[in-house]
Amino acid sequence: MRDLPMLETEVLIVGGGITGAGVMRDLALRGIHSVLIDKIDLCAGASGGNHGLLHSGARYVSTDLEAAIECRQENELLRRLAPQCVEATGGLFVAVEGDDPGFIERFPALCARAGIACEVLDAAQARALEPHLSPRVIAACRVPDAAVDPFHLALAHVDHARRLNGSIYLAHTELLQFEMAEGEIRAARCVEHRTGATRLIRARQVVNAGGAWAMRIARLAGCADVDLVYAKGTLLVHHDRMARHVVNRLRPPGDGDILVPGGSVSLLGTTSTRVDDPDRVAPTADEVDRIVREGAAMLPALAGARYTRAFSRVRPLLQSTGTSDRAASRGFALLDHASQGLGNFCTITGGKLTTFRRMAEQAADLVARRLGRAQPGTTSTQPLPDDVAGRWTDARGAARQAWSQDRADDPILCECELVPRSAIDEIVATCQAPATCQAPATGPGQPEPSVIAMQTNDMRQPEGRVDLEAIALRSRVGKGSCQGAFCGIRVASHLYDRGHYVDAAGLLDLRRFLDERFKGQRPVIWGRQAAQLELAEAVHCGLLGLDGLEADDDPATPAQAAPAAEAGGARGS
Amino acid sequence: MTPLHARDIETRLAIIGSGLAGCAAALFAAERGIACAVTGQTGAVAYTTGYLDLLGREDGTARGIDDPWAALEGLRATQPRHPLARVPADDVRRSLEHFTRFLTEQGLAYTAPGTRNLAALSPVGTAKRTLCVPRTMVAGAEAMALGQPCVIVDFEGLKGFSGREFVANLGPRWPGLSTRRIAFPGLPPGELHAEVMARALEVPAHREALAVALREAAGTARVVGLPAILGMHRPDAVHQALQALTGLTLFEIPTMPPAVPGIRLRELLEQALPQRGVTMVAQHKVQQLGFDAAGATLTLADAFGPIHVRAQAVLLASGRFLSGGLEARPEGVVEPLLGLPVTQPPCRADWYRERYTDAAGHPVHRAGLEVDDRMRPLGPSGRPFDERLFAAGSILAHHDWIRTRSGAAIAIATAWAAVGSMATLLH
Repeated sequence: MRDLPMLETEVLIVGGGITGAGVMRDLALRGIHSVLIDKIDLCAGASGGNHGLLHSGARYVSTDLEAAIECRQENELLRRLAPQCVEATGGLFVAVEGDDPGFIERFPALCARAGIACEVLDAAQARALEPHLSPRVIAACRVPDAAVDPFHLALAHVDHARRLNGSIYLAHTELLQFEMAEGEIRAARCVEHRTGATRLIRARQVVNAGGAWAMRIARLAGCADVDLVYAKGTLLVHHDRMARHVVNRLRPPGDGDILVPGGSVSLLGTTSTRVDDPDRVAPTADEVDRIVREGAAMLPALAGARYTRAFSRVRPLLQSTGTSDRAASRGFALLDHASQGLGNFCTITGGKLTTFRRMAEQAADLVARRLGRAQPGTTSTQPLPDDVAGRWTDARGAARQAWSQDRADDPILCECELVPRSAIDEIVATCQAPATCQAPATGPGQPEPSVIAMQTNDMRQPEGRVDLEAIALRSRVGKGSCQGAFCGIRVASHLYDRGHYVDAAGLLDLRRFLDERFKGQRPVIWGRQAAQLELAEAVHCGLLGLDGLEADDDPATPAQAAPAAEAGGARGS
Repeated sequence: MTPLHARDIETRLAIIGSGLAGCAAALFAAERGIACAVTGQTGAVAYTTGYLDLLGREDGTARGIDDPWAALEGLRATQPRHPLARVPADDVRRSLEHFTRFLTEQGLAYTAPGTRNLAALSPVGTAKRTLCVPRTMVAGAEAMALGQPCVIVDFEGLKGFSGREFVANLGPRWPGLSTRRIAFPGLPPGELHAEVMARALEVPAHREALAVALREAAGTARVVGLPAILGMHRPDAVHQALQALTGLTLFEIPTMPPAVPGIRLRELLEQALPQRGVTMVAQHKVQQLGFDAAGATLTLADAFGPIHVRAQAVLLASGRFLSGGLEARPEGVVEPLLGLPVTQPPCRADWYRERYTDAAGHPVHRAGLEVDDRMRPLGPSGRPFDERLFAAGSILAHHDWIRTRSGAAIAIATAWAAVGSMATLLH
């Protein structure tokens, strides 16, 4: 196995969820260099598998006052500092016939206690705002919930950090083991999954932002003090926007009781089930049916709606005793692992999308203090630059650009979501760009000279290989009604045209991409989705033969084919 | 508003479905002198690739089949309920011969069904096995087998077909393959559509301009492949004219459906079947079907109101999910018109395998209608639903036409068998 050049940095961050991306930018704003690694890619875990709900905090007023207040504060900050990632939809909490009148009555006061603006509406007012609401709605409250695009957010954070001080992000890079000496982590040995090559990353501090995998990462450092339980949540994607507001059920948190309109779709969910293994979760037909049923109590049209995907992710919850997972704290914890005899390792875990900035800030405070860097974090005041990195993740942005540009020489490759060829080229260029390193300004907070030297020796983003998954993560490609069936083929052809694919590996990548998209489609294939998929399969398998790329199936050399007598032999009917 | 023409149609055979199965059945009925009407929404013909498959792949594996007739015999032994196993091999061959001869007479020549499968090329440079190919596509597989120098021409602005992709994937087994990108003469720059290009090439001036560009692109190669754009009607004439103009051997490669080869087929069938006396009641969904002592009544509707078709026999060739012959509902797969029983996996969780491209195929595709040996669908009692009702095509159970590359033969051969049974009934 070959070795990639060693990287040296001040801080290694393990886990490319929104928290890890947040730590990366927070440190960069303090002038601290970091390397962020993820075994898959940005937002591959819970960060990319949630409602995209920027909580007002109202969801938690009855179960966790502290979390509610944190949400309210972070919601206000993010709207102001990263408006390009937020859609200020507002939120409704609606009760239907049979819901607990006592809870309905208490709710406004609970919100007030957390400082959350809560406007009480009658059923008619609520239905005027959201015509799809059930005639059985009996009460409603309006709160400042919003929709947030976690992919755009993470991409913009990583991009900003790269541009601030040349911090590095490595996708498909998994931590194998730590090299430890004298009560410290000295380096991390990683494997780059696309090539199988290994790489050593030397760092002075290590931040474990592994989300549901944080317990495993901590154990690699010999720490037994991270105690998580895994709550599987399943969500459905409806292919259109069914409401203008986030719609929550006005009752204590339960299954299938939130609908979040975001971009061109709506997300509906979730369920909560305890699981043992964060790597093996998939939606079940029962969960899907339950979510649709519960959602339809608020919005009856959800019963017959078209769903394009379902997905499950694992929420890491801090271990607590005697409470249900719904009631368990959605708060977060920063563990400094001093009790484990380690002075340069910390774990930031628990929490939720809405509070990621605060989590990142507390982790960065600890790291900066340990590095002897005094300056405070500035993420509560510094706006997030409205950059290009995440602009193709936004459905509105894509449509806007398509209409405003409408260039004859720039065909739309993804017709569901209006992604033009130039967007693909732009994303590929971003993925392949060497990490830019601005001339280091002198002054406190800059990396030490030795670190700079190491950096400039290895400035290129290693490999920089492009694949359809990476493009889909950074754009709306594959997110529309066709779910990649047609745009996947077109984008793959374009990658061949541009010379990014040069051999059969491109088709294998196309197949991997389609197989991956299918995992999300599989639980919700009925109605029009079944028709769509039948056509897609006829093209992908019947014509293109993606179901047998490795088979020795070369009609030009029939001598190698199996004897006809075997035909039809092996089958499972 | 008063209807402008007769709204009640009397015929002997009413066919529900205008896909390959429905249209083939109409042709076979017309050949037997049985008056018939084709109803139902536009079928999936436009989505077909133009290749007519019999059996291209072993069931459950990714292995290709070279001798589809031997495979058909094997099917009879191992899967007696498979639709193709219900049709004698001679009839399978005859049905495909009749169908391809008909297409050939109409200016869309096909190779006659042979004893072996042919190699057929895909737009991404993979090869599949099929029984009959349009004559405009024959030269590609021949040139590949001989390893002849060949230039794949693609076009600026035609997305989804990349010569570089084709060569990158087929190059290792076809030395001498290269690619050139050219501008399509006579159309404004910008995004091109294969359908528009195909229609443009029916005009001699466009052919002459393209011929110049093709000769230049060919260099020293004598064989040139290009996406399927050689005319929409009478492609054979366009193909021959362009070969004469260039002095090159030209072949077409199907593009991503819905594409020219499928649209050619659909337009040809819509045009040629009425000339054979078939009544086309196009593009309206059949809303009701009822049987009484005198025959069957189909109810359709358009903007002007209801249309009734009276017939002595009915063929259900309404396809699967894409065409609406079957509906996948969360609680199960149903046949929506008559509520016929549908053989299917026990529950929705079993419909699809974990992996999309699993060579074993998805169990839901084997769902469908049960029929007896006379191609009559069975009702809830296990007996034929009505002796005047027949079924053909992909709506039948116990096959996976996608994985086994057998869609055209299932449509055409079962249509042949159903029309044969029906003729006995009607005479």
